[in-house]
Amino acid sequence: MLRLLARGSGHHGLTEIADSLGLARGTAHGILRTLQRVEFVEQDQTTGRYRLGAALLHLGTSYLDANELRSRSINWADTLASRSSQEVRIGMHHDGAVLVVHHVFRPDDSVQTLGIGAMLPLHATALGKVLLAYDPDLSAAARRRELTSLTRRTITRTQMLERVLTEVRGQGWAGEAEEYMPGEASIAAPIRIPGGLVIGAIGISGAADRLCDSTGRPRATLVRQVVQAAESVTTSLVDEN
Amino acid sequence: MAIDQGTTSTRCIVFDQNARLVAVAQREHRQYHPRPGWVEQDAVEIWRNVDRIVPQALRQAGISADQVVAMGITNQRETFVLWDRHTGVPIGRAIVWEDIRTEELVTELGKKQGIEEVRDRCGLPLATYFSAPSLRWMLDNVAGLRAKADRGDVLFGTMDTWLIWNLTGGVSGGLHVTDVTNASRTMLMNLSTRQWDPMLLEFFGVPSSMLPEIRPSSEIHGKTTRVVPGIPITAALGDQHAALFGQTCFEKGSIKGTYGTGGFLLMNTGNELVRSKHGLLTTIGYQIGGEPTYALEGSIAVAGSLVQWFRDNLGLIHSAPEIETLARTVKDNGGCYIVPAFSGLFAPHWLSQARGLVVGLTSYINKGHLARAVLEATGWQTREVVDAMNADLGVPTPVLKVDGGMTADHLLMQFLADVLDIPVMRPLVAETVSLGAAYAAGLAAGYWPDLEGLRRNWHLAARWNPAMDARHREDEYANWKRAVELTFAWARSTPST
Repeated sequence: MLRLLARGSGHHGLTEIADSLGLARGTAHGILRTLQRVEFVEQDQTTGRYRLGAALLHLGTSYLDANELRSRSINWADTLASRSSQEVRIGMHHDGAVLVVHHVFRPDDSVQTLGIGAMLPLHATALGKVLLAYDPDLSAAARRRELTSLTRRTITRTQMLERVLTEVRGQGWAGEAEEYMPGEASIAAPIRIPGGLVIGAIGISGAADRLCDSTGRPRATLVRQVVQAAESVTTSLVDEN
Repeated sequence: MAIDQGTTSTRCIVFDQNARLVAVAQREHRQYHPRPGWVEQDAVEIWRNVDRIVPQALRQAGISADQVVAMGITNQRETFVLWDRHTGVPIGRAIVWEDIRTEELVTELGKKQGIEEVRDRCGLPLATYFSAPSLRWMLDNVAGLRAKADRGDVLFGTMDTWLIWNLTGGVSGGLHVTDVTNASRTMLMNLSTRQWDPMLLEFFGVPSSMLPEIRPSSEIHGKTTRVVPGIPITAALGDQHAALFGQTCFEKGSIKGTYGTGGFLLMNTGNELVRSKHGLLTTIGYQIGGEPTYALEGSIAVAGSLVQWFRDNLGLIHSAPEIETLARTVKDNGGCYIVPAFSGLFAPHWLSQARGLVVGLTSYINKGHLARAVLEATGWQTREVVDAMNADLGVPTPVLKVDGGMTADHLLMQFLADVLDIPVMRPLVAETVSLGAAYAAGLAAGYWPDLEGLRRNWHLAARWNPAMDARHREDEYANWKRAVELTFAWARSTPST
């Protein structure tokens, strides 16, 4: 369909497209609507004809600017910090690690240092696990490398990591307890751009006994708050695109 | 509950006792531009929007009116409307602060005897921006208005006044009141007495019968009888004053900076009325109870709008936040400076003929350097205002508290800390304007015990510490000042039209 639109006049009606490709009109319409949603295709308001969308031009370059992500998510990150009483970070993948693109202090007026620009390990943080779980290339690269042990709880076996990442995809969020730093834990959930691609993660971190229950599992209320914040950011990316 | 009647929209926000946001409802209103330079709004449309968003916010919060402890109103400043006391119908549209129809009138009034006295009494320079010249324009230009006003049939109100009058009953017993901060932006109030000044009314030719009673910012005005009846209205204050209050800048010498399209800096000067010798405006910060807290104000006309210009007119970025990405492709400004005097320079220079410029171009300069110069312009303009504030007060401020959309720009916030050489702090609640109105209202209603109680609600979300070498900072500042001087020279060399 994209190849058809890319050649010749570049403007085609629904019937033309369906007939040219030998598709039922309903099927062609469904595909066009999906392509429209991710901005690979645009529909002319007056003629109703379809043409290639602007998003195709940027295909392969960065999906979302890190500073744009911070700007769009700042209110939701603040809300998450306020509700959970924990510090909040937003991370994106950069050069085999988690790049912290936004950081909100824990709202308890203790002395804290702004961590924007810091790099965190992918395999030992909740933010990193989310990024790994939804990026097949990244997780394949992680499998080929040695997983550095940071605490005695850090996941260092690739099989174990695979199992955890499958679990993350199944539940829609990631947790980590004392795998990065002793006494610390974190919870994170994926941020998606329209079309479903995960481009980042938002999460909270803090004392393990605050974030986890007596069995060492992340507390359900906190998980819900993190997932909600991630969904709100995702929605805001759809709205304004 | 806060009602924030802003320039482009009106919002209703509900906060809980921990100052956490519970619900937000918002409606935009139309801007009318009947002639070049004229900016008007329909006060009835704004009132109808309030009628819709208040019940909407209550629904969203899942609460009833009797659970609302108090309502505070904050508003775009200087914008006002006139209406018929007996019918409640506005006389023409509201004239907005951006309206420059009085340019000629202001030049004429500037030649009148007593002009120095005017500035002394109201703390403001004569400008199209403030309410009095536009009010005078209406009295001179709307047929029959002056006679009607002299008979006492016309009421004047900034947007707080218009909303309170309507909320408390309109033609059937509506309260005709305003607060000191809004009154301090009209040019008609005496800063020392905090009452309408007979000399100022005489100077602008305004009959006193049309003016509302001036009240403290935080005081029990009455209960709503319309929209959602039974909510106590216990605060009103101008938006920038509300932001000062919402940032809990209660100590003398504390400063807040709101960074949006423009930049608005206010410094609390305590109970001392400081007359600026460095190009700042004197205004009332807020008044809780009997004694007012004064403030110095310095406005930057072009801050975020320079980034928008960079995006829309030069097309070098797709979205405003990308300016930071582009700026980070280089390590410094490469010797390039942009002074965005698009429509003159505001505080502390006040030169309306100045025009913007880009200096220091060499073949080495690329778009990354320009992006840096764009962000740095907001930093240096802030430095100039803060320097003026420190000089007027005689003590340097220890920190800058920031809010507004541009606080998402990490590079700019770090640069602010670097050039001011003080920490820059962002609070957890970004909605400082609405929060300030809610605070002032809750204080009068006893929901919060005192200022200390409010201060405990302020939580730090981010802090940027200065990290620039002192020598480098002073060299760069000197370069910026030279660039600003060039805009003066350009203004002088432009033939007058």
